[in-house]
Amino acid sequence: MKGSGIEITKELTIPKLFLSQCRKYGDKKVAMREKEFGIWIPFTWQDYYENVKYLTLGMVSLGLQRGDKVAMIGDNRPEGLWAEMAAMCAGAIGVWLFQDCMMDEVKYIIDHSDAKIFVGESQEEVDKALSIKDTCPKLDIIMWDDPKGMRNYHQDFLISVKRVQELGRELDREKPDLFEKTINEGHGDDICLLFYTSGTTALPKGALLSHWNMLTMGRNLMAVDPCYDTDDFVSYLPFAWIGEQMMSISCGLQMGYTINFPEGPDLAQENIREIGPHVMFAPPRMYEGMTRQVQVKYIDSTWIKRKVYEFGTKVGYKVASLKFEKKPVSVGLKFLNWISSMTMQKKLKDHLGMSRLRHCYTGGAAMGPDHFKFFHALGVNLKQIYGQTEVAGISIVHRDGDIKFDTVGTPIPETEIKITEEGEILTKSPSVFQGYYKNDEATKKTLIDGWLYSGDRGFIDEDGHLVVFDRSKDVMTLNDGRPFSPQYLETRLKFSPFVREVWAIGDKREFISAVMCIDYAVVGKWADDKKLNYTSYPELSQKPEVYELVKKQIQEANKDLPEPARIRKFVNLYKVFDADDEELTRTSKLKRAFVENRYKDIVNALYSDVDVVHMDTTITYEDGREQRIKTDLHIEKISA
Amino acid sequence: MNQVGEFKEGDIILKLEDVHMSFGKVTALAGVNLEVRKGEIHSIIGPNGAGKTVMMNCINGLYKPQEGNIYFKGQKVNNMRPYRRAELGISRTFQKLELFGGMTVLDNIRLGRHIHLKSGIFSGSIYVGKTKKEELSSRQFIEEEIIDLLEIESIRDKPAHMLPYGLQKRVELGRALALNPELILLDEPLAGLNLEEVEDMARFILDINEEERWKITCILVEHDMGVVMDISHKVNVLNFGNQIMDGTPEQVQANPAVIKAYLGEDDLYSTRR
Repeated sequence: MKGSGIEITKELTIPKLFLSQCRKYGDKKVAMREKEFGIWIPFTWQDYYENVKYLTLGMVSLGLQRGDKVAMIGDNRPEGLWAEMAAMCAGAIGVWLFQDCMMDEVKYIIDHSDAKIFVGESQEEVDKALSIKDTCPKLDIIMWDDPKGMRNYHQDFLISVKRVQELGRELDREKPDLFEKTINEGHGDDICLLFYTSGTTALPKGALLSHWNMLTMGRNLMAVDPCYDTDDFVSYLPFAWIGEQMMSISCGLQMGYTINFPEGPDLAQENIREIGPHVMFAPPRMYEGMTRQVQVKYIDSTWIKRKVYEFGTKVGYKVASLKFEKKPVSVGLKFLNWISSMTMQKKLKDHLGMSRLRHCYTGGAAMGPDHFKFFHALGVNLKQIYGQTEVAGISIVHRDGDIKFDTVGTPIPETEIKITEEGEILTKSPSVFQGYYKNDEATKKTLIDGWLYSGDRGFIDEDGHLVVFDRSKDVMTLNDGRPFSPQYLETRLKFSPFVREVWAIGDKREFISAVMCIDYAVVGKWADDKKLNYTSYPELSQKPEVYELVKKQIQEANKDLPEPARIRKFVNLYKVFDADDEELTRTSKLKRAFVENRYKDIVNALYSDVDVVHMDTTITYEDGREQRIKTDLHIEKISA
Repeated sequence: MNQVGEFKEGDIILKLEDVHMSFGKVTALAGVNLEVRKGEIHSIIGPNGAGKTVMMNCINGLYKPQEGNIYFKGQKVNNMRPYRRAELGISRTFQKLELFGGMTVLDNIRLGRHIHLKSGIFSGSIYVGKTKKEELSSRQFIEEEIIDLLEIESIRDKPAHMLPYGLQKRVELGRALALNPELILLDEPLAGLNLEEVEDMARFILDINEEERWKITCILVEHDMGVVMDISHKVNVLNFGNQIMDGTPEQVQANPAVIKAYLGEDDLYSTRR
């Protein structure tokens, strides 16, 4: 069975669709599973319905009204999705926060969004809410669902999800038809989600998305790559990321596939393997992590296994490149590919949880061609997606059989793409958002005549595929005057398992240079094998042997680059870029303007004639503590 | 003193009377008295070699004191073997980890449940009836009460020796809890842990002491004075086998003899913070 069979109209809302899906599947089908206490616990659509219903009514009896905001934070779990659905059913607007948000970010978003109810998972989130309660006067109620550690909290405004549901039951007895009545009052043009985008430059902006935006988004993606209600999906990326909302709500609800929640963030990879999902959507860093894992295991394995892997990937790369070029694969090569599939690809895919995968997408940031080819060589149908929060998810995707590793594909139905003279990518579709919350100025700049101005630079190639170059403001000019994408260079370098993060510098400069962050685990292991002594990341990063290692990785990447784009100098940073230090956004994109200011000493040193740069800075730990670091960084030259 | 049966909070659950223990000419305990009430966290502090671990070993039965009596729940346990005392509800962790390195975390914890498995060799060999019931309830107990509490879901199938030290300490606590004890002896549970791990462990100790589900009486041997003074109800101070005092954290901190026993006077209450 494909799709809900329900036509998406302006009248339809997510809660209305939810109601009809619950009626259709009832207790005959599993809506979601959560791994808890070591076993997968199923929830049928009937369970889903009841939990959401009483939670909605409970929130209503606590005073939630149409248009109010409900802020939510916590790991992916059924209760999180119930709370979001309940908020929408009550006609309220959901606001998700990233689980690892620092206090000021939480405070800013709660305050700016005018949230009335805060739904946290456990003591940790409750503590966050309590510490900002006084400064956010509009926040009325704090809810939690995990009782662990909550025994000493007795404030009136604290209430458990269970207790809220009891209140809901009481209200249901008084007014039995209230739930459905409230749902029926909704309209497709109502706002359902307020999404704070992780700004690379300024404070986060709140994008307003309507039911119509979310539902058309899901419909148009599913028209390209249909899913089925027998499919499985694993929800483990933050709900505060639009991609996860797209899969769990927009597509998930329409298709009725089963959503699986892992036991915890550190168990996600293992749990994905147990489920073997049919569809997957993750930002490039997840795939980069998988690639790194495979590369490291390869280095560590026995001779015979390495040979099998080398044979398998060699054949895989050949087949993949023929497919990219849309050339036929010869019978002999098909046979070799079959052998490689039996001996290597199948096993590896099983370990990565990709054995049943039909579609798998990457989006949210740029992915390097090397990573992309790597997965295709494994026989994984990986596709690029291009989109943003402001179009409720995505607007461009690769089609089966028409995948090019340097493009992001072609527009999904009902979507138009236009490139301005300056090269900016514009999008028009029913999913384009309603504007930024309390920020007309930004809305006016972004939404003009129904066109969404993305701020990304790109072009459309001869096959009609969109090529995303980079963020317009990030595009660099090389010494020969050509434009160049630093992101491209960075993603190429990140294909090396030893390299965790890269920051390429060189706009309008004489040559390109780079700040490198080594991968502590992988380089640490490499150093152990070489019997190098080190005690910390800063020390390891400054070892001459490690510099030599990083230099080799850069030289490798330099080979395929035009002369002016080659990296001529680099420095190993004493730490990895971190979102807690505001160097990355919560979705792991480098904030260039910020790092440029923060590390201006390094930049200056890279472009002057010195060998060493003295650093004296503070770093912030996740719990807010700070540490001062004083160190000398060596600058290494790479000869032409 | 109460006889074996129901003990309410505040009743004396463990009593040491004039306990002497010496190894040759070395006197490790010279007439120590201790009264631990149900529901308390009772800490034992003292400089190295004060006899703290010897006292632990006397309580749980690894050592047999030459003089004096030990009562647990009103019952004299002097001559009981350690496993018999475990059956009564005394469980412990060790200063030097005593995990089975080659076994998984789950197996290590399950071992702690062994004392509660009563089905015979026959039903055990074919996994029916009683065995099945016991195994199921035991699994539920371990997963829902212990692994969830200690947040060790991600390592349940890892061999214990592969884990970092801090996690191994947690697993040891898990194994001790699997016994479902009434009294737990924690021998330096914080030693060698980093700040974050110390905070976690202190939270777990408070959890098992306060949470309605557990309500375990704890005897804590520890050098981290910050934690000891923060979470203990009572503190007992030993010095070379002699008891200096037994009182609330405030009383202990005000006692000059205690300060003297810990030569580095200024350091006494310094914490890692």
